[in-house]
Amino acid sequence: MNGRRLAGLITKETLQIFRDPSALGIAFILPLFLLLLFGFGVSLNAEHVPIGVVADHPNPTTDPLVAALRHSRYFEVRPLAGLGPARDLLSRREIDAILWLRNDFARQTLTEAPATIGLIVNGTDANTARLVQGYVLQAWMIWLAQQNQAAARPLGLSVALQFRIWFNPALRSQDYLVPGLIAIIMTLIGALLTALVVAREWERGTMEALMAAPVTMAEILAGKLLPYFVLGMGGMALSVALAVFVFAVPLHGSVLILALASALFMLVALGMGLLISSLARIQFVAGQIAIVVTFLPAFILSGFVFDIRSMPAPVQMITRILPARYFVSILQSVFLAGDVWSVILPDMAVLAVMATFFLGVTLARSRKRLD
Amino acid sequence: MWGRLIALIHKEFLALLRDKASRFVLIGPPLIQLLVFSYAATFDLSNIAFVVVNDDPGLAGRQLLARLTGAPSFHEIATLPSTDGIAAFIDSGRALMAVHIERDFTRDLLAGRPGPVQIIIDGRNSNTATIALNYANDIVLAFAADWAASHGTAPPPASLITRAWYNPDLLSRWFVVPGIVGLLTFVVTILVSALSVVRERESGTYDQLLVSPYRPWEILLGKAIPGFLIGGAEAALITAAAMLWFRVPLTGNPLALALGLALFLISAIGIGLMISALAATQQQGLLGAFLFLVPAIILSGFATPIANMPVAVQYLTLMNPMRYLMVILRGAFLEGDGIRALANQYWPLAVLGLASMTTAAWLVRRRMY
Repeated sequence: MNGRRLAGLITKETLQIFRDPSALGIAFILPLFLLLLFGFGVSLNAEHVPIGVVADHPNPTTDPLVAALRHSRYFEVRPLAGLGPARDLLSRREIDAILWLRNDFARQTLTEAPATIGLIVNGTDANTARLVQGYVLQAWMIWLAQQNQAAARPLGLSVALQFRIWFNPALRSQDYLVPGLIAIIMTLIGALLTALVVAREWERGTMEALMAAPVTMAEILAGKLLPYFVLGMGGMALSVALAVFVFAVPLHGSVLILALASALFMLVALGMGLLISSLARIQFVAGQIAIVVTFLPAFILSGFVFDIRSMPAPVQMITRILPARYFVSILQSVFLAGDVWSVILPDMAVLAVMATFFLGVTLARSRKRLD
Repeated sequence: MWGRLIALIHKEFLALLRDKASRFVLIGPPLIQLLVFSYAATFDLSNIAFVVVNDDPGLAGRQLLARLTGAPSFHEIATLPSTDGIAAFIDSGRALMAVHIERDFTRDLLAGRPGPVQIIIDGRNSNTATIALNYANDIVLAFAADWAASHGTAPPPASLITRAWYNPDLLSRWFVVPGIVGLLTFVVTILVSALSVVRERESGTYDQLLVSPYRPWEILLGKAIPGFLIGGAEAALITAAAMLWFRVPLTGNPLALALGLALFLISAIGIGLMISALAATQQQGLLGAFLFLVPAIILSGFATPIANMPVAVQYLTLMNPMRYLMVILRGAFLEGDGIRALANQYWPLAVLGLASMTTAAWLVRRRMY
């Protein structure tokens, strides 16, 4: 590889980027737009869930429980007259849950027989339903403790369970979704940036001119790769800045590790794009493949929203060939937990192997031939 | 006139299904994605790996642990001598949870005091952590209730009984699979219609269409109807797969579902044709389709509820046809809804369909002259 010739190719490619600002748009405007939209739009923290409370006979015993729900930021309490109207509202999706304090509630709490509180949730969205159930359970346990304290009875619950959530004590879903989003967006951008560049040369016929020039194939590919690498890393830096300063995601790990992992991942993404581009030779096909093999799998199979540990074993095997999976894992650890070497080193090693593979195959498949 | 239209539709189908690769692209990827994504997209935890530190020499600690290890979704991977080793397991992600039973657990329980148990959870994935926390809470509460019952301690003065309507076992697959039906129908329909006009324009055959005795609205219908038929067939195929393969019950009125899908297809095709009319090259058409698809999928309530989004974004979703389709699919599949219960979803879709089709017609006409 000759430095001067490479510099010439890089200059050509850079000029091309600046003359057609769509590449700059993909590298900077797209991540800005996507990250802001998704960062604000995607949340798994249910708040202000509308819940109907049916108290057959309002009484002082249950008031603290209803008040606890009312003061919680998770619920929007709607007092309802009876179970009939409450069922109607639930089936019309106007409320997500019903808390039913039966008419014998006060009487039963005074005697030894346990009273029952019915909680009916709309189970369609199973995840939200489970969160609502958890929130009500917490409110109920606090109320129970207060009741027992007031009555000077021994605590009815025999286990004092204490939870400690490491890395994300407030369980803010943005803190784990935003680092994942960066990986998704970078997969997309890396592939989109390079998927078209070689195919474009083929389509426009300028590939012949490049081949006739006294440069090697490796130099042509490196000349394609380096400018887009710089562009992609710029987009990456912008995304990390947005995550930290706009979405207030804590960055516990070191910036150096983050930069190193991003550089590796960028090489993989660009290498994938280059490979697609040099195999397809037609911009339309290259674009189609880039979208099909990058976005949807990265969205669903990378562990960004859906936990890989919950997937069936064959699907888990499929996720292993997705570069985004390793980058999501590195990002979530570096942002929330710090420089955890037992996660970062294996993931980086896989990314390095993938980068070598994609770039190597691209190089091997690219011959100075026109057929 | 209808004969002319049928000829146009016939031509459109030939153009779409002519070669093997295009036929495969329409049928293969959606089915593969349905299979892989339906298995992958779950919020249920089936395999919570946890480590144990049991400092309690007594019986109660062992009983509580037996309940945890016996639970189908929990899986003990190691017993550690002290709490010092926990960090290594949690940091590396080998264990999601650590259970620490303190020294006085059995003694406190026998003395009628609450026994101390500590649970540490990896919060990197906050949703997984919340669900694991709820699972663990349920098991510990059940243990506490049984202990109280068998040792004559006073039971808690009230008990909480939860029942989930429409999805009694709270399976997230029942929630996700109907969503995937909508997702794949949406992607295929938008791609087919977004490339339809621009493909002819790029290959120069659009001019031939223009000089033929077709009226502009006939050309538009000739482009829209094949998209509608392909999208409809795709939706029917995926719905059947959801019911027969994934066993998601279709409890509502199938006609209500069909009506919703039809209205949705019209608005999706309208948007696709708008993109196609605006694009100069297939490349632009593809990029335009993509730039519309990604936000529309993420802001549809497919994976994360719309109610959790900021109010301004919630207003934005009102323009998203996917949003209404998600409610229709889940309503018809799980909640047993009929046409009347879904009326509030139908009319916005109809309005969107009318608006997008009119705009598409206007754009196509405008680019003709």
